[in-house]
Amino acid sequence: MKENRGCFYRGARDGTPIALGYFAVAFTLGIAAKNAGFSAVQAMVESLTNNASAGEYAVFSLVAAGAGYWEVAVMTLVANARYLLMSCSLSQKLALDTPLLHRLLVAYDVTDEIFGISIAYPGRLNPWYTYGAMAVAIPGWGLGTLLGVMVGNVLPLRLASAMGVGLYGMFLAIIVPPAKKDRVVLGLVLLSFAASYAASRWSLLAGAPPGVKTIVLTVAISLGAAVLFPADGKGEAQA
Amino acid sequence: MKNIWLYILVSAGVSYLIRATPLVLIRREITSRTLRSFLYYVPYVTLSVMTFPAILEATQSPLAGALALCTGAVLAWRGKSLLWVAASCCLVVFVAELALV
Repeated sequence: MKENRGCFYRGARDGTPIALGYFAVAFTLGIAAKNAGFSAVQAMVESLTNNASAGEYAVFSLVAAGAGYWEVAVMTLVANARYLLMSCSLSQKLALDTPLLHRLLVAYDVTDEIFGISIAYPGRLNPWYTYGAMAVAIPGWGLGTLLGVMVGNVLPLRLASAMGVGLYGMFLAIIVPPAKKDRVVLGLVLLSFAASYAASRWSLLAGAPPGVKTIVLTVAISLGAAVLFPADGKGEAQA
Repeated sequence: MKNIWLYILVSAGVSYLIRATPLVLIRREITSRTLRSFLYYVPYVTLSVMTFPAILEATQSPLAGALALCTGAVLAWRGKSLLWVAASCCLVVFVAELALV
């Protein structure tokens, strides 16, 4: 019990920069939601049940364009498909005997950020660590969306831009230390940067929703690396 | 006019199923070496793909984003904590944009 509490606090601490970044991102989402005809409460519920920036943005733009329910379902699937991969990865990070309830709860907030810090957790993931991060990040996400609809453009751009970059700072804190230890990971990080840059300039992928680019590159690069550099023994970092 | 609550229900359902299915169904250790390696590399590749060049576009001035990238990379390389690295990136952008924008 005591251990779980410690994990929860630790997760809450690591989730704090996530909450700030989420607030800023959700705020801009709220503006998009308002344009699509969502009320403040509806937008907040959308955020609290979807927990996905690109996915929600896609939904708001589709609804604004008068799309049907099926289109929204397919687009949500495409924009969020990367979470499927992340959940596969997380399934190997949890202890094998993790009860169903914990699996269902952890699944609720598999986002780029919460996934990132959960994977960086040393050894097997204690779900309470993830809950701690969720406990601070989710209110930031919901509240940001709510206020985005209600007060639109009052958050100074300067502040939004500084807060928004915190999410990327967090990603760096997660990918750089393993890259320092493992040269294959270092090579992959640099290759991924280059490929992602190239894809953003390449018209075919640049026009696709951001989730598509992410999943295509992730699968291609990770699969290539898995075949060329099987991570023997490194599996423990994952386990 | 379609019902907004139905849109919310549809998108929420799809989003949750995507996340819950693998966590509920994969209950054992994956033994395939290639698959294990693949899942080991996925987090680093996917976070890298999402970081660059997006970090340059998240700020009002791409230069501020580039400075944040360098700062974050150096601090993380030196083993600073997550909060430290993230907060430094925010601070760098805030100060840089005072001068740049």
